[in-house]
Amino acid sequence: MGKRLAVTGNQAIAEAMRQINPDVCAAYPITPSTEVMQRFASFVANGKVDTELVTVESEHSAMSACIGASAAGGRVMTATSSQGLALMWEMLHIASGMRLPVVMTLVNRALSAPINIHGDHSDGMGARDCGWIQLWSENAQEAYDNLIQAIRIAEHDDVRLPAMVCLDGFIISHSIESMEFLSDDLVKEFIGEFKAKNPLLDVNNPVTYGPLVLPDYFMEFKRQQHEAMLNAKDVVLQVAKEFEKVSGRSYGLFEEYRLDDAEIAIVVLNSAAGTFKDVVDEYRDRGIKVGLLKPRLFRPFPYKEVAEALSGAKVIGVLDRADSFGGFGPMYMEIASAMMSNGTNPVMIDRVYGLGGRDFMPEHAAQLIDELKEILDTGKVTLYKDYLGVRE
Amino acid sequence: MKGWKELEIGAITEAGSADSYNTGSWRAFRPRWIEENCIQCLFCWIYCPDSAITVNDGKRGEFDYNHCKGCGICAMECPGKKGKKAIVMEEEGK
Ligand code: SF4
Ligand code: SF4
Repeated sequence: MGKRLAVTGNQAIAEAMRQINPDVCAAYPITPSTEVMQRFASFVANGKVDTELVTVESEHSAMSACIGASAAGGRVMTATSSQGLALMWEMLHIASGMRLPVVMTLVNRALSAPINIHGDHSDGMGARDCGWIQLWSENAQEAYDNLIQAIRIAEHDDVRLPAMVCLDGFIISHSIESMEFLSDDLVKEFIGEFKAKNPLLDVNNPVTYGPLVLPDYFMEFKRQQHEAMLNAKDVVLQVAKEFEKVSGRSYGLFEEYRLDDAEIAIVVLNSAAGTFKDVVDEYRDRGIKVGLLKPRLFRPFPYKEVAEALSGAKVIGVLDRADSFGGFGPMYMEIASAMMSNGTNPVMIDRVYGLGGRDFMPEHAAQLIDELKEILDTGKVTLYKDYLGVRE
Repeated sequence: MKGWKELEIGAITEAGSADSYNTGSWRAFRPRWIEENCIQCLFCWIYCPDSAITVNDGKRGEFDYNHCKGCGICAMECPGKKGKKAIVMEEEGK
């Protein structure tokens, strides 16, 4: 088994990248992900990796260089946050449309304005429809494990899609926690050799990337992308099974916490799930049947499996760390879509929390469970969408 | 026509396929080559944003009107001989 060390989330990611040893990395620094590439750059400078590090003038160029390097036939990685991901937006679609398995770490941060450097999920949720696989991580251990698995998932023959691994800015990226690393050899063996498909550098078999495709064929290529996403779900499970064999840590499409007989269910992503689990325990001790579901795979979203896991719940509180102004939060919309097809018709409420790094405290979790208990007892909902921890 | 299951993944297709796609009909202005003013500098070949200047054995050949868009860049860049341009733009349909 590997070493146990106390590291920041960013350090864990940089370490995973060192072990993965990609052919090319193109990146531009942005808080709070800067430390990832800063540490990785020192690995490059010290000869610890064979990676070609391309320092570019913007994130748009970073993703463009990643696309070029991936189409050329390399294993390619990068990292970014917030405005950086927003600036990549155009190129994110090109990476997925060309079916390039670029793997990126997204250290989640709020989007301006007003300017804010702290963690929320507006960046990742904004990139929901860019055709990238999204794996979300509660802590540094999950981020490290997800990144290594993401290589296998993205590069799988049935998938060939780019993937991003999300972790909470500052809360995880800059906090030190104790976690376990796999050995370098194990990671190398687990990810295997990169097999390029249609590489542009194969001059004996020249190909065109990104041709003009008009209305007669465009939809067929988009339909292919959806199919690849559907395939990704099974691949995520296969890779998780193999990962468990080498690491002893098990992963699924989502994590269920005391959900089996729960009447009240909470759905929450990333670091806030850790806080929430403690509060679930407190309420369980008092005999209240509450449980939690923490999604891991957000794209593709496992609707059927999530609906089955939540089918026993009478009330569901969905937490969104990103807002859709004038609409429900992105997580709520997915959970509502999932539950619609399963016929159990639970009451579902949406609570937006933690924007711009606003602390999510145990009392917020307790406040939500109390409210859900009230709804369970009375059947009355005051507001379907509301904010948790905002001053009136 | 092919369905999505039969198509190559991600529209990665054979190289140089633009060659078989005729785009010359988009042109509103047509460049005309005046060979006696040409000094064979090949600026036109370098500057043409398409591949509409043909070159044979290192010498400038005729325009490929199936791909020339009539942008006029070649005419603008052409130094010609003694102040006389070797490329002039003429309105199509005249
Ligand atoms: S007009 Fe434009 S497209 Fe046509 S040959 Fe000249 S430079 Fe090329
Ligand atoms: S730029 Fe003018 S002079 Fe030079 S090769 Fe072309 S046509 Fe001839």
